[in-house]
Amino acid sequence: MENEMDYGRLERSARIRKKAVNALTYVLLVFWAVIVLFPFYWMILTSVKSYGAYNSEYVPKFFTLSPTMQNYVDAFTAVPLGRYLVNTTIFTVLTTALMLGVIIFAAFAFARLEFRGKNILFVLFLSLMMIPNELVIITNFVTVTNLNMRNSFPGLILPSVASVFYIYLLKENFEQIPDSLYYAAKVDGTSDLKYLFKVMIPISKPTLITVTILKVIECWNSYVWPRLITDDENYFLVSNGIQEIRENGFGRENIPAMMAAVVVISVPLVILFLIFHKKIMEGVSKGGTKG
Amino acid sequence: MMKKKLQSGGLKAWLYLLPAILFLGVFLVYPLIDVFIYSFEEGYNSASQTYFGVGLYNYSYVLHDPYFLQAVKNTFILVIITVPLSTGIALLISVGLNSIKPLRNLFQTVYFLPYVTNTLAVGLVFMILFKKTAYSDGLINLLINWFGGKSVDFIDGPYWAKMFVLCFYTIWVVMPFKILILTSALSSVDQMYYNAAKVDGTSRFRTFVRITLPMISPMIFYLVITGFIGAFKAYSDVVALFGTNLNAAEMNTIVGYVYDMLYGDSGGYPSYASAAAILLFAIVLTITCINLLVRGKRRITL
Amino acid sequence: MEVVLQNLTKKFPSRDRKNRGDVVAVNDFTFEIPDGKLIGLLGPSGCGKSTTLNLISGLIKPTSGRIFFGADDVTDLPPENRGIGLVFQNYALYPHLSVRQNILFPLENLKGKDKLSKDEMRRKAMEAAKLVQIEELMERKPRELSGGQQQRVAIARALVKMPRVLLLDEPLSNLDARLRLQTREEIRRIQKETGITTIFVTHDQEEAMSISDRIVVMRDGIVQQIGRPQEVYDDPVNLFVARFLGTPPINVFEGQIKNGRLYIGEDCVLEVRGAADQSVYAAVRPEGFILSEDGPLCCRLGGVEVMGRDISVVSANKASLNPTVRSIISTESTVEDKEHVRFALKPRKVFLFNKEAEERIYCEVK
Repeated sequence: MENEMDYGRLERSARIRKKAVNALTYVLLVFWAVIVLFPFYWMILTSVKSYGAYNSEYVPKFFTLSPTMQNYVDAFTAVPLGRYLVNTTIFTVLTTALMLGVIIFAAFAFARLEFRGKNILFVLFLSLMMIPNELVIITNFVTVTNLNMRNSFPGLILPSVASVFYIYLLKENFEQIPDSLYYAAKVDGTSDLKYLFKVMIPISKPTLITVTILKVIECWNSYVWPRLITDDENYFLVSNGIQEIRENGFGRENIPAMMAAVVVISVPLVILFLIFHKKIMEGVSKGGTKG
Repeated sequence: MMKKKLQSGGLKAWLYLLPAILFLGVFLVYPLIDVFIYSFEEGYNSASQTYFGVGLYNYSYVLHDPYFLQAVKNTFILVIITVPLSTGIALLISVGLNSIKPLRNLFQTVYFLPYVTNTLAVGLVFMILFKKTAYSDGLINLLINWFGGKSVDFIDGPYWAKMFVLCFYTIWVVMPFKILILTSALSSVDQMYYNAAKVDGTSRFRTFVRITLPMISPMIFYLVITGFIGAFKAYSDVVALFGTNLNAAEMNTIVGYVYDMLYGDSGGYPSYASAAAILLFAIVLTITCINLLVRGKRRITL
Repeated sequence: MEVVLQNLTKKFPSRDRKNRGDVVAVNDFTFEIPDGKLIGLLGPSGCGKSTTLNLISGLIKPTSGRIFFGADDVTDLPPENRGIGLVFQNYALYPHLSVRQNILFPLENLKGKDKLSKDEMRRKAMEAAKLVQIEELMERKPRELSGGQQQRVAIARALVKMPRVLLLDEPLSNLDARLRLQTREEIRRIQKETGITTIFVTHDQEEAMSISDRIVVMRDGIVQQIGRPQEVYDDPVNLFVARFLGTPPINVFEGQIKNGRLYIGEDCVLEVRGAADQSVYAAVRPEGFILSEDGPLCCRLGGVEVMGRDISVVSANKASLNPTVRSIISTESTVEDKEHVRFALKPRKVFLFNKEAEERIYCEVK
């Protein structure tokens, strides 16, 4: 009898402890969620405060009762934000498309075709993954300058067209397609190129989508290379645009207008993320790094 | 017949590879060789493309440049603070995430949001949150005042205040990747081990230390290494917070120093930039080698 | 330790969105397991046997019903307070710990007055290791061991705390055929030596039959029959149990009871007393056939497989529900190479089941 009482108490205290731990867990998770989300909230909030209202708040307010869209109008008229967005879109689309072409052909050659020196070449390719961007950017800067491609789209795009890592990722994916499909296609007289487009690419679509999304994110956020290679505002991408706005835009320190610009350039990626968050997270855990 | 087919296949393969080889050759392999050459060419003039000697002067110049030393110091502080801290917090959050069921997906999605945002743009938000201006002390100072502290200018103020913001923002930026990797590592530990531990009456803490941690340690190690490499290459988040004139703000990093040497107000010295970049590469390579020695298998992408 | 299960029921919420309503994994299971016996829980996959084991271990809680270990009601106790040892199907050996550390692990969890000194722990671990004969492997890591050795380590880890009840989940399913034979004898020996009440789960009837003191046959969460292996084999309560036990499997025929006679097809094979006229399933164990020139059951001869000790006659009969009729005949008799064979049947090896519920018709068969 006494024994049973003991068990009962044991179980009760275990249950209480479990509840406490659970509550603590949620507190921690909510706390971090607030830290993550607060900057976004603040940027949207500030972007709808009027310039006058913002600057008269010595103690910043957590909400506004008179939201205004004026800052968004300013962002598109006072600084060439529209131009930055168009530039970035062109840059992103062209870079991603060219890269897809380059990596698909290269991955196909490595995965499907037999040629002398294939293994050595592949090892060489892999070893290129070790080279940090910072090391080669110096010469690339000089090269592009000498080719007179500064302040031009080719100069922006060409250096980031080839990606060893994505070739590697795609090659692994291609290799999982059974050989028998290839032989069946050969028996039917299908050419290599047709086989690539009709069989391999459709089968590898999930990986290609992942690679595309990751590359789009990378392009949209790229800052260092565009900064080095452009000093003409007509070729600025959004990152440089934001930096330019911060240092010289809007005359005085018009923070609400700046925040409006920040919202505008953040929105496309956030939408992309909300649609594809499963794919993006999957892709990143497979092979992305940041930080 | 057979031989001919093989050869044509070989030729075709090289054709498929041509674009990749071309781009990689011009923008990756050639620059890699060239950067070493630059770093040894003394007194290189980018306008006339001439130099007057070969030697180690560039390295010696860089190593004696106070701006470079400042940058190295900043970078090392950043690395030493943010890598363990972000990994630790990410582990804590991932364990929390793994122990709950409702809202788990929502939290996971929210936590990943910073990954897709533009570092420069959100950095600007952090700047206004921390900045003290004539009009306002900023939100963070408001919080500090609430708790009875005195306002600090985190953006143009004392060194450690600036370093704090930088570390805070860096952690904010790198967290999504770490949480993602650790949550998937944690959920891949077979439930059977937890059941076994439960039957043996193992306490939560002991289960975590003796079973969970050893099982996910390869992933933690991977994160620490990529974290080191990433933090050593910090640049755009610093620019986002403190602007492009980092030397004046005492907040430059090694990568920032390389770019400043190459371009901008103090630019035009590709040789110094190359030397600094190679020094950085040496640091990163050392870490990568340690990684390869310890782990052997898992690939690292730079 | 005596283990008593009282009206044990476990329902899981259905995952099927269209068909809400619970899935009953274990339905009203009542059973008294005598102290010191080896019990085999037997059934096809999905029959609820693993759920039953997990209920006894405490890893899951029953929807209703009670579980007693001796006089203690353990239904609401967490696993660690029940005094059980559990061996997992995949062994669940911690891959980063050595064999010794794995075996020590449960002992290191003990707290308060149960806490052991280092020496005592080492001694106990060594004892457990000796019991399963792995003393030489103590410093190895699990991945350096063969499947059979891992199994032994898992058993040692489960035994080191001297549990009141030892539970084994499909203990032999990950071993190859030869090791399986060896290991099941080993389990029997260990159980006998320790005298710990042991319950194991398996889908392999031969395994359960060969070493259990009692077997429990389950199907769709419901216990079909409990008893000594031989009893259950010789006296199945329904067609499912009859079919599930025995290799080669029992031969089932469409049959008819008419005027106290059992017909299979046109052939009148046996006399039946005490059963009404009806259509039945007549099930005949393979060893229930006798080759006989003038036997009543006529089958088309398919082939003869010589197995050394016995021969197996493969034949066909229109009334058979199995694709072939398999009979085991001693080598003393010979099968002539003819188109047909005739059998007489041993009455004790023939069971009759009604058509609707497939329940046994108890009657005298001659």
